[in-house]
Amino acid sequence: MRHSIRIAVGPVQCRIGSDWVEPIAALERLYAGYPQDDARPAEATVRLFAARPWRRWVRPSVHIGGDFVVPDALPLPLSMGLLAAEMGMNLQVALGWRRHMLLHASAVAKDGRSVIMSGESGSGKSTLAALLGEGDWRLMGDEFTLIDPVGGDALAFPRAVSLKNEAIAAVAARVDAARLGPLMAGTPKGDIRHLIPRADAIAAMHEPARPALLLFPRFGGDAAIEPMGEGEAFVRLTEASTNYVALGEAGFAALTRLVRETPAFGISYPDSATGIALVEQLWAEAAK
Amino acid sequence: MPDPAYRAAPPGALRVEPLGELTAIFDRRSMQTHLVVSPMPEILAALGADDCDAATLAARLAAHFDFDGGDDVQPILAERLGELAAMGLVARA
Repeated sequence: MRHSIRIAVGPVQCRIGSDWVEPIAALERLYAGYPQDDARPAEATVRLFAARPWRRWVRPSVHIGGDFVVPDALPLPLSMGLLAAEMGMNLQVALGWRRHMLLHASAVAKDGRSVIMSGESGSGKSTLAALLGEGDWRLMGDEFTLIDPVGGDALAFPRAVSLKNEAIAAVAARVDAARLGPLMAGTPKGDIRHLIPRADAIAAMHEPARPALLLFPRFGGDAAIEPMGEGEAFVRLTEASTNYVALGEAGFAALTRLVRETPAFGISYPDSATGIALVEQLWAEAAK
Repeated sequence: MPDPAYRAAPPGALRVEPLGELTAIFDRRSMQTHLVVSPMPEILAALGADDCDAATLAARLAAHFDFDGGDDVQPILAERLGELAAMGLVARA
C-alpha cells in the first residue's frame, strides 16, 4: 500500500497499510516512543483502503481490511482514519491471536503484580486504567490483557489509550498535551482522543505481571464492593475473552487457574476518584 | 415409566474443574465448555464403567448422600441424566 507503518504493542507486531498518509502520520506520532523492529514479521495486518480509486480524494472514506474483516462494517470518514486504524488493529488481535488468552480487559501493575479490570464499554475500565497509570501504577493496557496459558502471567498490550467522551477532559487535565492525539469528535463511539502511555509503561511492556486482582467495574451507583465467586468470574471472563473458544483446552486450563488463584470483585462507583480509591483499597487488602 | 440406561463418557474425555458453586467441564471431544451445578458433577462421578439407569444411580448416590427417604429421587435423577445426555456428557446406552 502507499503508506504503511509497523507497530509493536506488547507481543504483537502490527503492520498497518493505508491509501492515505494522514492515518499513518497520526500513528507515527502516537507510537513514536514504541520499540521498532521492522525485521520482525507482522502478526496482524490492517489495511485502510478506499472502496474506489477516486474515493481517495472525493469524500474520502476509509474501509477497514485485514486478515479478518467485519462484513458490512461501514467505512469511516478520513478524519476518523486513526479510529479506523485502531478498530482494525483490535479486530486482527481479537480474532487472530492464539499465543495467549485474550481478555477484553484493562490492566495495571505494581511490583510485578497486576490488577485486571474487565467490563463492557462504558464500565470505566479504560478510564480507571488510564488514571491509575498516571499515578504510581504501570499501565498495561486499556483494552486487552493477555494471559500466558502456560505460566498464568498477565502480559501487557499498551496501545495508545482510547479516551472517550467525559474521560477525555478528566485525563487531559492531568497530562502533558504532547501525550494526547487529535480529538475525533462525533465518531460512532462518541468523542475519542488517544493518550500515549507513559514512557516507563512502554519500556516495561514485555514484563509479565502475576494477576493479583480481578475486578469487574461498573460505573454509576453508590460505591460498593462485592466479592465474586470463582464460577461467576469464570463465566464473565469466558464472555470477555475473544479467543477462549479458539484456544480449546489451553484456554479452559488458563481460565480455571486464573479464577482460582486470583480474588475477584465487582465494584460500583459514582466517579473516577471513588473508583480509584476502591481499587487501591482492594489492592492493599490483596497485598497483605 | 421406562428407566433408560446411560453410559458415562470414555475415560479422559472430560476435564472436570470445580469452581465454587459451579463446576466447569471441558469436553475434549466437542471442545465445548459446560457449566453445571450440583447434582450434575455428583451424577457424573457416580456413573461407573457400566451402563447405569436412574434406579441404580439412586442406590449408588444414597450410599454417599442423605436423600431423606424421598421417593422423588429417581425421577429427578432420570431427568438430570436426560439433561446430561442432551449436553453430550453422557450417552444413552
